Amino acid sequence: MTTEALNSPHAAAPGWLSRVFAGRGGPLAVVVFFLFVLWYLGTVWLNAPLLIDGYERRDVDWSFSQLVEDSMAMERPILPAPHQVAVELDKSILGRKVTSKRSLVYHAWVTLSSTLLGFVMGTVLGIVLAVGIVHVKTLDRSLLPWVIASQTIPILAIAPMIIVVLGNIGFTGLVPKALISMYLCFFPVTIGMVKGLRSPDPLQQDLMRTYSANTNQVFWKLRWPSSVPFLFASLKVAIAISLVGAIVGELPTGAQAGIGARLLVGSYYGQTVQIWAALLTAAAMAGLLVAAMGGLEKLVLKRMGVQG
Amino acid sequence: MAIEAVMRQEQAAEGPAGQAAKPVIEVEDLSLTFQTADGPVYALSEVNLTVKAGDFVSFIGPSGCGKTTLLRVIADLERQTAGRISVNGVTPEEARLGRAYGYVFQAPALYPWRTVERNVMLPLEIMGMNAAERKDRAARYLDLVNLKGFEKKFPWQLSGGMQQRVSIARALSFEPELLLMDEPFGALDEITRDHLNEQLLRLWERTGKTVIFVTHSIPEAVFLSSKIVVMSPRPGRVTDIIDCNLPPDRTLDARESKEFAEIAHRVREGLRAGHSYDD
Repeated sequence: MTTEALNSPHAAAPGWLSRVFAGRGGPLAVVVFFLFVLWYLGTVWLNAPLLIDGYERRDVDWSFSQLVEDSMAMERPILPAPHQVAVELDKSILGRKVTSKRSLVYHAWVTLSSTLLGFVMGTVLGIVLAVGIVHVKTLDRSLLPWVIASQTIPILAIAPMIIVVLGNIGFTGLVPKALISMYLCFFPVTIGMVKGLRSPDPLQQDLMRTYSANTNQVFWKLRWPSSVPFLFASLKVAIAISLVGAIVGELPTGAQAGIGARLLVGSYYGQTVQIWAALLTAAAMAGLLVAAMGGLEKLVLKRMGVQG
Repeated sequence: MAIEAVMRQEQAAEGPAGQAAKPVIEVEDLSLTFQTADGPVYALSEVNLTVKAGDFVSFIGPSGCGKTTLLRVIADLERQTAGRISVNGVTPEEARLGRAYGYVFQAPALYPWRTVERNVMLPLEIMGMNAAERKDRAARYLDLVNLKGFEKKFPWQLSGGMQQRVSIARALSFEPELLLMDEPFGALDEITRDHLNEQLLRLWERTGKTVIFVTHSIPEAVFLSSKIVVMSPRPGRVTDIIDCNLPPDRTLDARESKEFAEIAHRVREGLRAGHSYDD
């Protein structure tokens, strides 16, 4: 029986299906496939009432296939079909010059620049706060509750006020939006870095004490390197919510430019296809930013000799 | 204060007349009590001890007898609650600030993000030595512990025994006169431990350093030491101090000699005496 099993084609060479599923591509493709199926079903289901209403008012006969076809070709659907969004993306990314105000690339760049500025400011602020909290007992007790409290305020509520106040004292455009990003993204950095800077074990700290190392040396030679894995875990969260912050910051600016502006304009005029195109662009940007951070993490940790 | 410290050091160096080697460590009626939530824990009780320059002293006793605590008091990682202690004639804190000792912990405590070489260089960086000399020192001491060629490896690429040898090289690299070792080979297998014992003995003979070595292995203590301090638990105190003068060029075979058996027997007696007191 054993020889039989060995001789069977399945034992000799795994089928193409199992080979595909051995990697990460296979399972991912299946998930994407089912998402598309759900999306198309949703398109028909959500748009149907509006269409049926129209058919009845115009008193036309309609078949189900007619309904399916029409539900994917509406100008202002409740839920646009994926291929409608794809056409819109193609039109607004490849179909226009990148400097055009109707190009998604232009708007993505506007959002990206405030995302990155806010991310850098938030990371610096987050690290500075964490260093203070770890080294100064008073700050540990006084600052951390405020840091946590800051995140309980809904950002949508204070974003317009930040924009208005800063606009009044002459700051418009990039800086106010970046400040909102910073406000959101310093938090995971602070929390992660407080934990990271405190992660050296007692033995590693005793060793520093036997060398009578000063606080500065303990920080740079022990605490900082110990905290790097924690820092990257935080940065991956921070860059994603920094993008959210930038988009939220664009909403109250009067919809001049950026992904947020596209979302707002789209909702003013019921341009759902445009909204979905902007949303997908934002999602793709977030994915790329997090992936880039993951790549940087791998590179840095490899240089630091992390196993694997 | 610095001048005072130096003067005291000089006094200590002169020492009592007729004594060849100056005392490196003097412990007088030393007690240490930890205050815990469950009440006080008497870790050390009225310990008296003198360690002379060039001695190899082992602290031996069962777990909880305060041997590690005593070593940590010498290293100024803990502070006594009563009694006096001097290291090189000054307080343990002054000695620590003067980088008087190298400490080898139970675990290698290597920094995983540093290569073997850079781990050995760590104390040298902290002490402000220049890059060329650091490299030179690291090479010399890695060679001394037979780890030449492993400079660029990361700690996880080394076996446990090799990692502990790196930590010994690190403790030696800044050339302290005093080496404090807290069960450095406790986590290793017996074959590796035997091998490292021999290497450590050769190292001690060659460098003439003062070594204080914490262990709970009788053969290890007898084989390595010139003086064995037998301790007993609750409260941690010294029950016996045994001079141990096996021939200096001894190998592991010395463990089968009559002298070895006699000293081991006396250590065992001392440990047993400590235990009966405990009941």
